[in-house]
Amino acid sequence: MADGARARRARNASPATSSRHAAGSAFALPAAPVRGGRRGAGPIRRKGPDRRKALEIAVFVTPALVLFFLFVVWPILTAIQLSMYKWKGFGPLTNFVGIDNYTAVLSNPYFIEAVGHNFIVVIMSVVIQLPLGLGIALLLNRKMWGQGLLRTIIFVPYVLAEVIAGVVWAQLLLPKYGMVDALLKSVGLTPPEQGFLGDPSIAMGTVIAVLTWKYLGLAVILFLAGLQGVPDELYEAAQLDGASWWQVQRNITIPLLGPTLRTWAFLSMIGALQLFDMVWILTGGGPANATTTMATFLISQGTKASNFGIAGAASVILFVIALVMAVFYQVFILRRDVQPDNDRKNRKKVKR
Amino acid sequence: MSVAPTSDLSIAPHVRRRKSSSDSFRGGSPLIYGIALVVVAVTLGPVIYGVLGGFRTNAQLAATPAGLPSPWVLDNYLGVLANPAFWQYTWNSVAVAMITTAAVVVFGTMAAYPLARYEFKGREALYMVFVLGLLFPAAVAIVPLFILITQNFGLGNTWLGVALPQAAFALPTTVIILRPFLMAIPKELEEAALLDGASRIGFFWRILLPLSGPGMVTVGVLAFVGSWNAYLLPLLLLQGENKTLPLGVADFSSEHSSDTAGVFAFTTLAMIPALIFFLAMQKRIVNGLQGAVKG
Repeated sequence: MADGARARRARNASPATSSRHAAGSAFALPAAPVRGGRRGAGPIRRKGPDRRKALEIAVFVTPALVLFFLFVVWPILTAIQLSMYKWKGFGPLTNFVGIDNYTAVLSNPYFIEAVGHNFIVVIMSVVIQLPLGLGIALLLNRKMWGQGLLRTIIFVPYVLAEVIAGVVWAQLLLPKYGMVDALLKSVGLTPPEQGFLGDPSIAMGTVIAVLTWKYLGLAVILFLAGLQGVPDELYEAAQLDGASWWQVQRNITIPLLGPTLRTWAFLSMIGALQLFDMVWILTGGGPANATTTMATFLISQGTKASNFGIAGAASVILFVIALVMAVFYQVFILRRDVQPDNDRKNRKKVKR
Repeated sequence: MSVAPTSDLSIAPHVRRRKSSSDSFRGGSPLIYGIALVVVAVTLGPVIYGVLGGFRTNAQLAATPAGLPSPWVLDNYLGVLANPAFWQYTWNSVAVAMITTAAVVVFGTMAAYPLARYEFKGREALYMVFVLGLLFPAAVAIVPLFILITQNFGLGNTWLGVALPQAAFALPTTVIILRPFLMAIPKELEEAALLDGASRIGFFWRILLPLSGPGMVTVGVLAFVGSWNAYLLPLLLLQGENKTLPLGVADFSSEHSSDTAGVFAFTTLAMIPALIFFLAMQKRIVNGLQGAVKG
């Protein structure tokens, strides 16, 4: 509507150059600049092209929207619906139980533990991977022999399937016969009796270590890519001013990397909340529920025990947790990026 | 790694010679190479151990878990290659990944086109629908998806039943990456095409599509990697001869848990081809991830 008005105004203002004007001011306009211009302006005449445009938009967007609604929106609505019924997976939904499933899930100590495990992973991912990834990225962000190869190698764990990485690590971590135990013994340490994945007190730590191995490469690669956006002139200027390597990193590189770090942390958080594959392969949630997550909880409830109502309630709770964390993150952390970023761009321009 | 004047000492001479004097921060020192080596060893260690483990016998693995193959044995790998189930899993993985990728690229590009180049009421709202899709963790929808696909859509244990939801969950990233890409194609091209009498559809087919090749490859590769590595949805939906490689690897490792060497061989053969392909596409993947990060 607004564009139409703008185009009409442009046409009225200077009929001779109208089509060029309109095309310039709103490039994605319908055929208005050419066809409408020739025919003369008029709200009724314009209906044809407008309808055609609407039809085109519909044709282009519909397949994606249909897919999206069928396989993303509908299932989530179904989860909400299921969460209010007691249902074993067949027959009609008749046994309405209101919020009983929610109270059952929230008072289930296993679920609460699972939520706790998810939060441990969320926090430990950032606490471990941020300094490690940043350190490695800063050290590797220089021209050196084999740089391209190094970056490729660092990327290997990330492109491996979590299942495949999990199976390999499960073999490495086998008690007694695994390589990790053998290496520890060879340097005189005693590995845990039941193995790293069999001892409830260290199983979670082991899972986090394997996840760190798997996802540190992604952090390094993203940070390195972010570092390439830091203009060389800044380093040169700082060097001329006699700044040390550490001062340069501390005062120039890391602040400029801020947006990349914050967005990486966001991705990492969302990933950690959904953690399933690695845990399922390494421990299946055990030993003694020491490594369950919300996702393993709802899968066991849904597909193994056929408690679809409970699984639905757990899904909705997971969704609410993810949403609340995403919104908080957006408001308190990512929002910062808007203002300083503009400042920075201006500053950069001035420099040049 | 200290102050500029002294740091010159720590920089390897040959590196320094090659570079302009201005960025003396950026050379490699022995310490850096040492750290790089440790990173490489930790990163590749498990993978290489798996590959080598496939060349050993179970007796060798039990006697010296951290040893090298001696003698080298090919039986494990030959056994996997002669296993029809392995090829069936591979074929299923390829098929599901191809369908997912095709759906994502075709529908994603189509959706991104009007969002990028048409002006209409509700455009940003429509875009927000896709952006919000990012906030729905797939894990939330997984149990109802399982029910809907098996009971309502009749797609249980089919390639399509896995590929279509995967494509749907990949659409938000795809649209978010492609939209700025399509927006960046100069207006002048579109104006010229329209003046020459092309319709917007003609512009889309003959100019926009050929020019957006790189963007489509990026989103295609991301979708392919995601589908190839997926575990949860196939785990719920696929049985028997329709299983994909990750399911096959997990099954094989639990069914043959005493045959460690066989598990290593199976895992290695399942990962190496994909690994090579994905590493060749590394730039695309990183660009895509960055694109998604920057929105």
